[in-house]
Amino acid sequence: MLSEEERKEIEAELEHVEYKRGACIEALKIIQKHRGWVSDEGIQDLVPILEMSADELDNVATFYNLIFREPVGEHVILLCDSISCWLMGYEGIRDHLTKRLGIKLGETTEDGKFTMLPMVCLGDCDHAPVMMVDEELYRDLDAEKVDQILERYR
Amino acid sequence: METPLTKNIRPGEEPMSVKEYEAAGGYQAVHKVLGGMQPGEVTEAVKKSNLRGRGGAGFPTGMKWSFVPMGDDAPHPKFLVLNADEMEPGTFKDRLILEGDPHMVIEGMIASAYAIQADIGYIFLRWAYKTAEKRLRKAIAEAYDAGYLGKNILGSGFNFELRLHTSAGRYMCGEETGLLNSLEGKRANPRSKPPFPQTSGLWGKPTVVNNVETISNVPHILNNGGEWFKKLSKTEDSGTKLYGVSGKVNKPGLWELPMGTTMREIIYELAGGMREGLKFRGALPGGASTDFMIEEHLDVPLDFTHVPQAGSRMGTGTMIVLDDQTCPVAMVLNLERFFAQESCGWCTPCREGLPWTARLLEAIENGEGQESDLDRLDDLVKLIGPPGRTFCALAPGAIEPLQSALKYFRDDFERHIREKRCPWR
Repeated sequence: MLSEEERKEIEAELEHVEYKRGACIEALKIIQKHRGWVSDEGIQDLVPILEMSADELDNVATFYNLIFREPVGEHVILLCDSISCWLMGYEGIRDHLTKRLGIKLGETTEDGKFTMLPMVCLGDCDHAPVMMVDEELYRDLDAEKVDQILERYR
Repeated sequence: METPLTKNIRPGEEPMSVKEYEAAGGYQAVHKVLGGMQPGEVTEAVKKSNLRGRGGAGFPTGMKWSFVPMGDDAPHPKFLVLNADEMEPGTFKDRLILEGDPHMVIEGMIASAYAIQADIGYIFLRWAYKTAEKRLRKAIAEAYDAGYLGKNILGSGFNFELRLHTSAGRYMCGEETGLLNSLEGKRANPRSKPPFPQTSGLWGKPTVVNNVETISNVPHILNNGGEWFKKLSKTEDSGTKLYGVSGKVNKPGLWELPMGTTMREIIYELAGGMREGLKFRGALPGGASTDFMIEEHLDVPLDFTHVPQAGSRMGTGTMIVLDDQTCPVAMVLNLERFFAQESCGWCTPCREGLPWTARLLEAIENGEGQESDLDRLDDLVKLIGPPGRTFCALAPGAIEPLQSALKYFRDDFERHIREKRCPWR
């Protein structure tokens, strides 16, 4: 069931769209913000308020890279693997993160602290390689910097 | 040298507030158009300036607007959508404007909306641009408070609502019809054209989609005139351009320069040349979906006219440099994996052809390629590539770096196959 807060936020979005489905991406993001990811139950909860079927909603949810249909850790590391970061040492950063966290791309640490995901170009290419942790952008990465960043989230 | 797009930007500081922006001459274009210009006159002024779309395609902006139905019989609401998705790999130019001068973007949208008599505007912003999101929200609120947005703007009778939509992330959202589907709460698959968005766009209503850098030029054109705008350029294509460099150069960065500046000036003067011990082998001039240009093209003026004559596209103007210590096959493999992943799967050549392309490149890079693989790649270039057999330009764009790599770096592909290894590893 939608929480009071979730309902309020979704209703606020509905005021700004021509048709209800126009708010569905925002609604999925609201669910994810409060619950960490979008479960099947989360999809079902949106059916009455958006007047869309669960299949229609899942169709949308699975299309976008940043709607998580599986549980993620407390912090999500989005590591850019696009061309400028690749040229500037993405593979080394990825391998370093794997060594430090004991997880590969797409996995979550056993303590549930970090999920590491590959991400397409983050639009900060003159400071490659870059990654985001949750909503924070980190640029000009090297192994030492990555260690310092991880410490902040421990 | 005049730099209208970046003159207000103060690196490392918060952008100008509405008051500071007004004090710097901001919102004059809104006063001007709402103070007595006819919508058609605004479009005409933009047409005369020869402003071409900065998202990559270079379509003349005034002409794009002129296809919108006007007059009392025109369907409403009409929409103006700002494409601020900027997901082209290697592209980071619109971020500078969105973070650095959000009021310029909003002013450009109001003036442009008046030209097509749009009722509602959307800024379609990519998810990752968190700083831009915060600053745009603040600037939009300020613009409402100052009476530049909302009902009866400056007492002119013109109404314009502006909304911010943050994407949930997918390269396809940058394609204008995919973007419109996304705004309607659907997968960002492309639509068949015609009908073009100008007649049937968002929710089936007349819609114009413009890029951030394009729209940001509009206030300056209206204030200073088309002739002024043309003179900013070194070539026939008007205005300034945001050019960027990423890759192994000494000083990667972004600069507002006269349109038609050459790659040699940008890479060797502004970006400080190649890093110690590295040689320039080539560059994608305008993002991942443009053909390589090589040494012999260093003096080509980078604009919408000359770059195609050199076999590539201007694209976004943010170039990605290939050096001699980086394997071109591995570079193209990275690009094709991206395109294969981001293909929305709507059209067969793209959905099936791009993963196949990536697998062939992977085999070659891993030393498992065969002579016939190059023929297959040549075939795939023809089947997927320009002029395109798909609804949108993702597939032909995806093929551009591959087709040019096969042309300029063929020896390197052949060496991988012959020696059964990557010579760079």
